[in-house]
Amino acid sequence: MKPNRPKAILIVLLGALFLLLVYGILEMPTAGNRNNPAHREIAQRYLRRAEQDTNAPNVVNSIITDYRALDTLGEAAVLFTATAAVLTVLTALKTGRRR
Amino acid sequence: MWSTLLNQINYVGAAALFVIGLYMVLTQSNLIKKIIGINIMETAVCLFFVTVGFVREARVPIVSFSDPALLYVNPLPSALILTGIVVAVSITVYALSLVVGIHAAYGTIELDEILEIQAREHHD
Amino acid sequence: MDDIVVKTVSRVVIPFALVYGCYVVFHGHLSPGGGFPGGAILAAAVVLYTLVYGLKRASAKVTHRVSSRLESGTLLVYIVIGAVGIIAGRTFLTNLSAGFPAGRAGSVVSGGMIPLISVAIGLKVGSTLVTLFHAMIHDDSEAS
Repeated sequence: MKPNRPKAILIVLLGALFLLLVYGILEMPTAGNRNNPAHREIAQRYLRRAEQDTNAPNVVNSIITDYRALDTLGEAAVLFTATAAVLTVLTALKTGRRR
Repeated sequence: MWSTLLNQINYVGAAALFVIGLYMVLTQSNLIKKIIGINIMETAVCLFFVTVGFVREARVPIVSFSDPALLYVNPLPSALILTGIVVAVSITVYALSLVVGIHAAYGTIELDEILEIQAREHHD
Repeated sequence: MDDIVVKTVSRVVIPFALVYGCYVVFHGHLSPGGGFPGGAILAAAVVLYTLVYGLKRASAKVTHRVSSRLESGTLLVYIVIGAVGIIAGRTFLTNLSAGFPAGRAGSVVSGGMIPLISVAIGLKVGSTLVTLFHAMIHDDSEAS
């Protein structure tokens, strides 16, 4: 039973973490309520002004390519960095093994 | 209390997925399972964030130019999570390439055996 | 893979998947979709071709040089689109006030720089996924 003691303690700790998260969820506003504080200012402004600012119906796409286009540039840089990192690791493996 | 929890079942599901992912990272010794656990945790956070933007009985945020007073789902969390999903994919692919390197160096991907091999090499 | 059913079915499915990916990219500002899902669909079609017909034929069709240059090139195209805003006197990455044509609302050529950025992001995501997949499979197919 000795190897199972750390696992049992871990399960108890994770259960406590889950209960803590559920206690925080009880304090949150109801999901789906149209008067939530998340829906008040910025989202209404984007929904109202997407038509005259960008002339495109899809508001999510006009957020990521017009209002917040700089974030999408950062994300393209993340994709580029991931490819560079993976190709570096795999090429170093190949040349290292040949040596 | 149970009816409020049933209304926020998405958040409870996201919290459960997060705890399951954390359990997988902490206890499994196979490296691929640890990476799957990290991916599950990131999916849980994405689910939590997108549910914040949900509005009941509202339509998809594709505005129709004719009728300005309709009710739309909040578009902002979906737009922010797109970047989050791409970052999750990038982290997964980098971690998998590191696992390929570890397999080439040690011949195994179980963490217990790797630590044993390292302890033996340290002794010699 | 040597199965005749898989080869025949994928030979029918892959062109339609590529067309659907291009549709999702180009109509990103009119219907749900955009650059990221469209790029993922294009990459999925190419990955299906790689899985069915082998890495050697797939990297002869979509060479490493093409996909890596597409990936870096589309990032530069994005920056150039943003620099048009600076040249016109506004801030980086402005849309209609920098001179991009607004067009008629609801048509494909509308919304200023939005279709251009969607195409750039779609190509970037697609070429990233294909480059990473071919790089990670490379040693396996060399050994076999």
